[in-house]
Amino acid sequence: MPLYKEQGIVLRTMKLGEADRIVTLLTQGSGKVRAVAKGVRKTRSKFGARLDPFTHVDLLLYKGRDLDIVTQAEIITSFREIRDSYDRFAAGETILEAIDRVAQEHERSVRTFMLLLGALRQLAQTDEPPVVVDAFLLRLVALAGFRPHFSACASCGTPGPHMRFSVAQGGMVCESCRSGAAVRLAEATPPYLATLMDDHWSADAPDDVRREGSGLVRAFVEYHFDRPLRAWSHMPR
Amino acid sequence: MFEGPVQDLIDAFRRLPGIGMKSAQRLAFHLLKAPEEEARSLADALIAAKEKVAICSQCFNVSEGELCNYCRDNRRDTTLLCVVEEPGDIVALERTQEFRGGYHVLGGHISPMDGIGPADLHTRELIQRLGNGEVKEVILATNPTVEGEATAIYLANLIKPIGVRVTRIASGLPVGGDLEYADEITLGRALEGRRDV
Repeated sequence: MPLYKEQGIVLRTMKLGEADRIVTLLTQGSGKVRAVAKGVRKTRSKFGARLDPFTHVDLLLYKGRDLDIVTQAEIITSFREIRDSYDRFAAGETILEAIDRVAQEHERSVRTFMLLLGALRQLAQTDEPPVVVDAFLLRLVALAGFRPHFSACASCGTPGPHMRFSVAQGGMVCESCRSGAAVRLAEATPPYLATLMDDHWSADAPDDVRREGSGLVRAFVEYHFDRPLRAWSHMPR
Repeated sequence: MFEGPVQDLIDAFRRLPGIGMKSAQRLAFHLLKAPEEEARSLADALIAAKEKVAICSQCFNVSEGELCNYCRDNRRDTTLLCVVEEPGDIVALERTQEFRGGYHVLGGHISPMDGIGPADLHTRELIQRLGNGEVKEVILATNPTVEGEATAIYLANLIKPIGVRVTRIASGLPVGGDLEYADEITLGRALEGRRDV
């Protein structure tokens, strides 16, 4: 099947040669796909803004040996609300970067795709982009198999609440399991993060709880994905 | 593999962007066959470009001296300042012969994913240039891509409080294009920016 149809969300683009770009997409049925969009950088390209990051597109792709080739693209959702606001854009970059790190080429994961789509929909209407990013990152690490424990001890399972969080041990830890690196959290932080991970894309919390929670999410994600998130520190708060 | 100098030449060409093994060989053998003057003039041009070309201390365009020729030219309108991503964009704008103001090259666009924030561009220098009150209008001419737009929005938020007029170049349908092939975002912008005739 040299030609195939797929829908996907553009994660990033990279210049290629004179007027082309390599577009990295997360597709619904084929995992991460890297494809060449020929001539996109020309002002009269048939693709126009269709292959810009954040855009949800319907695609017709030609299967190549290494890179595929985009032959047609139609916009499903443009997420203009993200492009038109700097705060949402900067937050969205962190989301796209994290997905790009986690998703594997041609490895189908409908749940990752739905998570990304859901996160972008939330981001498009939120007034608090960093909170959506935290909720997204928690759900992403959980989906990748590193679900943090916010109540029972991550090591022995003793029911919580516990007071300390260990990034390496995978969540809250009780007094007898805790290692030296476990940090003491504000009482409200674990339930706040648990809500973001499992229930809502935003939750009421005092600023210091949010700040502590955000820092924790970043440390947790970077530790378990074994890569720094470059966009994270560029997010205005 | 070829002998010493031939292979060195091929390797040197291969390091250039967009040049693979075969193209490098073709270029190398072209020069070997060509008269000596051709090789010498190419070598001189390379050395001269490397030695003489500097970055303009005011606008960060490539230049031959301390200031580039647009910054040196006193016939240009100093109340207008056009902000672009790369020096190549200046050439494109100059071709229009519509703009007679000054330029400021950012050196790229904001791209958090690649670790590039506002502080990694010539943003601070831009704000400093606006300090003396001479510039009355800043035209943001970054690319109409997601990153270029974000950079423009960021700069607009930064410049407006100083009290300088900020404008963004229009975007819409390319001249000679066909309406039915336009994507929603481009066509939406074209409608938004419509004007009386």
